[in-house]
Amino acid sequence: MSKLDGKIPTGPIESKWQDHRFNMKLVNPANKRKHTVIVVGTGLAGASAAASMGELGYKVKAFCVHESPRRAHSVAAQGGINAAKNYQNDGDSTYRLFYDTIKGGDFRAREANVYRLAETSVKIIDQCVAQGVPFARDYGGLLANRSFGGAQVSRTFYARGQTGQQLLLGAYQSMMRQVDLGNVELRTRREMLDLVVVDGKARGIIVRNLLTGEIESHEADAVVLATGGYSTVFYLSTNAMACAVTAAWKAHKRGAYFANPCYTQIHPTCVPVHGENQSKLTLMSESLRNDGRVWVSKTKNDRRKPEEIPESERDYFLERVYPSFGNLAPRDVASRQAKYRCDEGHSAIPDGEAVYLDFADTIKRQGEAKIAEKYGNLFQMYDKITGENPYKTPMKIYPAPHYTMGGLWVDYNLMSTIPGLFVAGEANFSDHGANRLGASALMQGLADGYFVIPYTIGDYIANTKIQPIQPTHDSFKAATETVQIEIQKLMNVKGGRTVESFHKQLGRIMWNNCGMARNEKGLTEALQQIPKLREEFWNNVRVPGEANYLNPELEKAGRVADFLELGELMCRDALDRKESCGGHFREEYQVDGEAKRDDEKYCYVAAWEWMGKDKSQSLHKEDLTFENIKLATRSYK
Amino acid sequence: MADKMINLTLKVWRQKSKNAEGSFSTYSVNKVSTDASFLEMIDQLNQELIQKGDDPIAFDHDCREGICGSCGFMINGSAHGPLKSTTVCQLHMRNFSDGEVLTVEPWRSSAFPLIKDLMVDRTAFDRIVKSGGYISVNAGNAPDGNAVLVPKPDADEAFANAACIGCGACVASCKNGSAALFTSAKLVHLSSLPQGKVEGDKRALNMVAQMDQEGFGACSTTGSCSAACPKDISLVSIAKLNRAFLKASLNKKPEVKGGEAG
Repeated sequence: MSKLDGKIPTGPIESKWQDHRFNMKLVNPANKRKHTVIVVGTGLAGASAAASMGELGYKVKAFCVHESPRRAHSVAAQGGINAAKNYQNDGDSTYRLFYDTIKGGDFRAREANVYRLAETSVKIIDQCVAQGVPFARDYGGLLANRSFGGAQVSRTFYARGQTGQQLLLGAYQSMMRQVDLGNVELRTRREMLDLVVVDGKARGIIVRNLLTGEIESHEADAVVLATGGYSTVFYLSTNAMACAVTAAWKAHKRGAYFANPCYTQIHPTCVPVHGENQSKLTLMSESLRNDGRVWVSKTKNDRRKPEEIPESERDYFLERVYPSFGNLAPRDVASRQAKYRCDEGHSAIPDGEAVYLDFADTIKRQGEAKIAEKYGNLFQMYDKITGENPYKTPMKIYPAPHYTMGGLWVDYNLMSTIPGLFVAGEANFSDHGANRLGASALMQGLADGYFVIPYTIGDYIANTKIQPIQPTHDSFKAATETVQIEIQKLMNVKGGRTVESFHKQLGRIMWNNCGMARNEKGLTEALQQIPKLREEFWNNVRVPGEANYLNPELEKAGRVADFLELGELMCRDALDRKESCGGHFREEYQVDGEAKRDDEKYCYVAAWEWMGKDKSQSLHKEDLTFENIKLATRSYK
Repeated sequence: MADKMINLTLKVWRQKSKNAEGSFSTYSVNKVSTDASFLEMIDQLNQELIQKGDDPIAFDHDCREGICGSCGFMINGSAHGPLKSTTVCQLHMRNFSDGEVLTVEPWRSSAFPLIKDLMVDRTAFDRIVKSGGYISVNAGNAPDGNAVLVPKPDADEAFANAACIGCGACVASCKNGSAALFTSAKLVHLSSLPQGKVEGDKRALNMVAQMDQEGFGACSTTGSCSAACPKDISLVSIAKLNRAFLKASLNKKPEVKGGEAG
């Protein structure tokens, strides 16, 4: 075990990034076009990174699994994006956003990264406005804000319930402009299946053309992974169907450490599970908690309709337990309270789990039209999914896997443990600690892509001797062969169970043992079950069709194979961390139902190194030091 | 959330590749939960097909929340099926009755070449955006977000048009296979904002030229596109596109070559 160095610049927190930017080497404009950078993934982080590097003059090759970059899962983010603009004059500042994010992350994030994020947030809004992102505005023409969980100021910018879509279109359009100018070469419907490392440096990727099955090699001077999170390890999550850990996992197997895999976010407000054939869960934006009140009946197993339950018999549990933050308690905390109520028998639905999210008071106060203006599309979506009208009856909601704070380990420059491999957005572990605050994922994705990676990549390129390389190099041939062998292996099993059935089974193991609450017994059991399931998968999975043509089942099989390895690491990490923090809640470590951290022993980032097939990953630690914000018990009461 | 089960008959267009011959295949799908979405119903059928050793039906899908624009096909001749303002992933089976026969086929347009079964290639839309569907601003150049006031009605109009998900239902529903609604939505989104006006003329000329080049048909303003649009993009946008194109054509100034300042 070694100690990892986050390469945090020295000096006061307020000037670290500014000083670092000055100290970084530059690549002169004429030389930039001689350097190629690969960007994998075209969501907020990837598209913004590709666009910005294209603008600077680098030769960029961008890849995505989708038909079009505009379909990346960032598109589904609903509520908003934070920025410390203090336009509302309500006491916000860079330092407050920094403080809220560190506290929200339960003191498990790197101070320097979070400060840079808060500092950069204001520029993101400016950039997006300039691109034509139609943020909500007041009648005077100024930008509007709403509130989000874990903050007592109003700093969230939004475009109705479609903020992610609008920000993504902004980044996508900027990237398409660079495609038009010839600075970015875009390859869609390509899935990265391996990272090519030459002389210890990331020099390219192997992708499968999803339409033809062709395996392609692409070389570059540096590689950026912006491939999102791994919540679909749970099978049912709010993530899109194609979301996967595959690209990050292949990089992990080539030497990139995987950090804090057990830090997963279970979002409190999702439409509850309805049945066996359900393929995914749908989020109801956190912004709804601005105007909705969360409650359950005080009576156990109450089968009355919510409208028939009188006020005095309702338990507005978030307002009761957290009087100062109320319904805007952060996600991990709010989710746990919903779970407690259902575990105690107060669920709003028989044979399932749900609590009410009620808008009656606000509708009475502001009228239906006002609510429709703010949340129209969300109410409509709820109605379509459930067949119930949330203007008339409270929504029923329950927590669901939504975001993963863990990811590939990166230093302050967002570079992984493989030189030349950078990781941006949800795919890295860097900024949210053990719990992410609402409206901070969009902020981080765009900060990384527009304002961090373009600088740090330049510094890497300027400081590194990069030999020219051809895709015919032996390392590319070897990686191609590895990919082809794995595909053939999957095709040749010809077993009796569908890919889906394995994914569902893994998801159940993960949700029951490594979900909202974890304990030693459950995690130990999962660590026995997962390798068995993996073995059965490789002996009994059925992948129909051919490898050399469009084959969605083969794509899924490859992704599930990786989840079957990741799931085990998540459980190991969760077992190893004998404390509760943020989204990682170990039942053995709590005080009155709240997470009990152990700063003496666990104030570190756990980064796991791949040691080879059938061997356990080994643990490396990066100690976290808090020089600006005092370690304290997180309280929202 | 009353969980009811229904049985259905599906006639699905099966076609192995762009140049292969296609035909309808008939399937019975039994015990479909009325709480399931249309795509979950196809998932269920596909699981059965895989178990039987048959080829599962290929269709594009991803977010299943009606926002990524990946999914879409015709159900009984209607793009995205019978429900207004709804993509197929958000269309739930409670909207169908037991014993119904449903014909499912891909978008049909020469500008959207078929890939397999219900999957088509809509990358023509990306090329239209590439031709001018953006505001030229490099990262780092932007003034303060509140430096330019945007009247709320303009911001709202921009948003209503920016809501387009690029699913292609407008093209599939149009007898001419026109992409006018898609193109106009992007144009109106950008051109109704002050920061988007500078490039307005160039944008209109280039995007229309690209749309024609991709092989989309001409618009005859019958409005079936807007009726099928899951995001309710208004036909007014096409009128605005036409006006912008006409204005830009009249305003057209010769481009100055090599005029970049020292």
